Amino acid sequence: MTDQNELVKLSATEMAAKLRAKEISSRDLVAAELDVIDAAEPSIKAFLKVAGEAALEQADAFDDLSDDEKAELPELAGVPIAIKDMIVTKGIETTAASRILEGWVPPYDATVIEKLKAAHMPILGKTNLDEFAQGSSTEHSAFQRTSNPWDVERVPGGSGGGSAAAVGAFEAPLALGTDTGGSIRQPGALTGTVGVKPTYGGVSRFGAIAMASSLDQIGPVSRTVLDSALLQEIIGGHDRRDSTSIPEGPRPMVAAARDGLNNRDLKGMKVGLVKELNGDGFQPGVEARFHEAVKKLEAMGAEVVEVSCPHFKYALGAYYIIMPSEVSSNLARYDGMRYGLRVMPPEDVPQTAANMMAYTREAGFGDEVKRRIILGTYALSAGYYDAWYGSAQKVRTLIIDDFRKAFEQADVLVSPTSPSTAFKFGEKMDDPLAMYMNDIATIPANLAGVPAMSIPAGLSDDGLPVGFQFIAPQQRDEVMYKPAAALEAALEEDWNGPIWRSLRTPWLDGLNK
Amino acid sequence: MAEKLMKYSEAVKKFDPVIGLETHVELSTNTKLFCPAPISFGAEPNTELTPVSLGLPGSLPVVNAAAVDYAIKLGLALHCQINEWSQFARKNYFYPDMPRDYQISQYDKPTNGEGYLDVELEDGTVFRVPIERAHIEDDAGKNTHVGGADGRIEGADHSLVDYNRAGVPLIEIVTKPIEGAGDRAPEIAGAYMRAIRDIVRALNISHARMEQGNMRADVNVSLRRDPSDPFGTRSETKNVNSFRGIERTIQYEIRRQAAILEDGGEILQETRHWDEASQSTAGGRVKSDADDYRYFPDPDLVMLHITPEHVEEIRKVMPEMPRERRNRLKGEWKFSDTEMRDVINADALDLIEETVKLGATPSGAKKWWLGELSREANAKGVSLEELPIDAQAVADVERLIADGKLNDKLAKQTVSLVLAGEGSPAEIVEKHGFKVVSDDGALQAAVQEALDANPDVVEKLKGGNMKPMGAIIGAVMRATKGQADAKAVTKIVLEKIKG
Repeated sequence: MTDQNELVKLSATEMAAKLRAKEISSRDLVAAELDVIDAAEPSIKAFLKVAGEAALEQADAFDDLSDDEKAELPELAGVPIAIKDMIVTKGIETTAASRILEGWVPPYDATVIEKLKAAHMPILGKTNLDEFAQGSSTEHSAFQRTSNPWDVERVPGGSGGGSAAAVGAFEAPLALGTDTGGSIRQPGALTGTVGVKPTYGGVSRFGAIAMASSLDQIGPVSRTVLDSALLQEIIGGHDRRDSTSIPEGPRPMVAAARDGLNNRDLKGMKVGLVKELNGDGFQPGVEARFHEAVKKLEAMGAEVVEVSCPHFKYALGAYYIIMPSEVSSNLARYDGMRYGLRVMPPEDVPQTAANMMAYTREAGFGDEVKRRIILGTYALSAGYYDAWYGSAQKVRTLIIDDFRKAFEQADVLVSPTSPSTAFKFGEKMDDPLAMYMNDIATIPANLAGVPAMSIPAGLSDDGLPVGFQFIAPQQRDEVMYKPAAALEAALEEDWNGPIWRSLRTPWLDGLNK
Repeated sequence: MAEKLMKYSEAVKKFDPVIGLETHVELSTNTKLFCPAPISFGAEPNTELTPVSLGLPGSLPVVNAAAVDYAIKLGLALHCQINEWSQFARKNYFYPDMPRDYQISQYDKPTNGEGYLDVELEDGTVFRVPIERAHIEDDAGKNTHVGGADGRIEGADHSLVDYNRAGVPLIEIVTKPIEGAGDRAPEIAGAYMRAIRDIVRALNISHARMEQGNMRADVNVSLRRDPSDPFGTRSETKNVNSFRGIERTIQYEIRRQAAILEDGGEILQETRHWDEASQSTAGGRVKSDADDYRYFPDPDLVMLHITPEHVEEIRKVMPEMPRERRNRLKGEWKFSDTEMRDVINADALDLIEETVKLGATPSGAKKWWLGELSREANAKGVSLEELPIDAQAVADVERLIADGKLNDKLAKQTVSLVLAGEGSPAEIVEKHGFKVVSDDGALQAAVQEALDANPDVVEKLKGGNMKPMGAIIGAVMRATKGQADAKAVTKIVLEKIKG
């Protein structure tokens, strides 16, 4: 049997190859990951819930299949995965990292979970996040603080810090996240992992707890571009239970990723550097790695052009109107009536349903969630609707138009994913605006519904990972997978292996004894 | 707490009432508006649910296409503009019976825009009610307040919530302010509601049973001194669920508001509710500008695209509308206004139409359904449809009469026996040996016998006094065991006395 430490550091694709070669079983994989989780969690705290036994049962169910049955399954069959706790899992407590949902065990599976189960991918557990995916550091979780595997004193990004940290710390080869303004990509950048936000409607949202419905999208978290492509093809496709789901099957992303990986030939591809998404406000080390990576793309034959998206400067403002507006409505249902937390008013207060709702919501929601509910309630109020929500929707149209024009000049757009590397705990907690600025480069893709991904672009001067973002036209997700895979391969050649080769993993030291 | 009321006749003399109706019609689709949960009346509480209708985290709505088609049908019946693009919007407010704490409704882009409905009043006058819109939305669950005196929340000990109704599709038909109704405002409102009920039944899109809450209306009433004045402040009486209740609500509100205005008072803009027991409306929540539902387009649903071709397909299969049908049948049957109204009031239109289709004359069919059979139904407390006799049996009896095989008396006996479950008219006639004696010889003899036995009657008849004719007919009937044809008997008598 392969050394456990080496096994968990394999990519999902490599694990799948070993499964097919019968060198290992799915149970071996799950057991190895559960060992890492045991060892890593005291310092990383990526998981809110580990579903070890169920994962082992799912692994056994895969291992028991005949070769013919296995041949029918997707390539990643038998490879385990972690799930952001924003996605409902039948029988596994799902909380959105909020007190208000503590103890809620869903009676149904999200569509993506059904697809993972059909693909025989064991589910390791549920990962931490900012409460209701609202935040950029995972510090807004009501339950625990997740550490960045690169420096446990620093945040893993957010809101999907748990999924990114789990994959970065080898607790899982794959994870699912949700991305509303960058919640998959920014944690990917800060933890040196790959994170993809598919085209809006490319992956069913049925069973993804809604934060901002017009922006939310489920997507893959992995350590390699090809792994994400394989996972996105499994979870993607039309779902009649989601009205906003695109009525077509997934794009040929795996083929595009393999093409990029094997041929590293980007001749004829135009790469657009978005003028507004680098420069001022971006950490020098982040800028440096970004431009080095752009040079790599050029070296592989891509033509680099600068494109301007003049309305991107309004993106953050529009986002902070539209997102809280939808949040204020989507989070209304957490009222103590049907599920989750219920707090009765004190005895001297009338015991009415309205008072129960008020006390429940007061106790159940954290400050950031309350802040956004209040903002959104205000923005939708009669008399303010046109000035706020109406104007923000107009900005959204302008940003869509900016993308349309940019994609007339370039096949794919690039930028740094996040303006800075991972910051320290508490650094931005008292300054919401500084926290919001983390998503400056990721938000435009959500507003326009276009696909985008972040891949590791090396380490900044501070020794922490830097993310490189690709953005592709709507419903053309495969377009970004090719240059992303090619760049990943070229960079790894420079570094003599994946970025995580330089990650110190003290939590793994105790294993294999 | 009796409120001051002005006499109705005085109130409508001094003030011009303006009314408005928001009618909720529950659609009779098999499943809910946004999920496949079944809909049935009287199911165990909280059994007809899916994650969507319970608003569970992560659940998403998907529009029921049948409900949209139902809405289009109603839109066409109300002469509405069917909008090619319409949109669902969220109406945000917290309430225990609302699983998501927002209702999915339509706001600035309803499926059905402006239209109208012509309603016919008792005296045949036609009044046009202008329609503002008829939009699609989902219903809330149902609260039951336990421990209070009257089932209301005040004084209740606790409340139970049943979410079975949550998500049932509704169409809300909103009228424009109805002006010019004058003292007939209550009557117009009642006629309008009945017309809506008849239409949705004809379209087969709702059970339209008011007592089960399939139809209910919010009634807006305001008064002004003169029709040229701007609208006065209105009261909104919520969820009135009977035709009489709607008429009485309007009457009451006119009287109440007139008394306040006459005293120089001001009408509160408030929601009220109709109390059947006291036949009055009572004040509820004062409506203020603070009522802010923060409508915005529901991002979980894409816009509804209804192509003109689709509307045309639906238009092609639209049944005839009740009023047009009534007018057509009235002409075909040559009924007077009064006769037709009697038919409508007896709820016998469908049955008569079917009976006529099966060969009976319109007057023959009407005679049975509005006479004998209505009396029977009333006595038993059932509807005509529920009687154990159908249009076929009535048509058969009529045919037997026309063929001279039954006379009136035997026909009535036959119908009684059908009602008693003895079988079809043909079977009954056969079994009981009913037959009209029209055999001339036998009848001639029976008549002669009767005349011979009653010489005094013969004298009177000869003298031109026809009154005692009945005695002869009676005697002949007795002799023939009721099988004689009265007309034939009369004819023979007259021949004989002339003779």
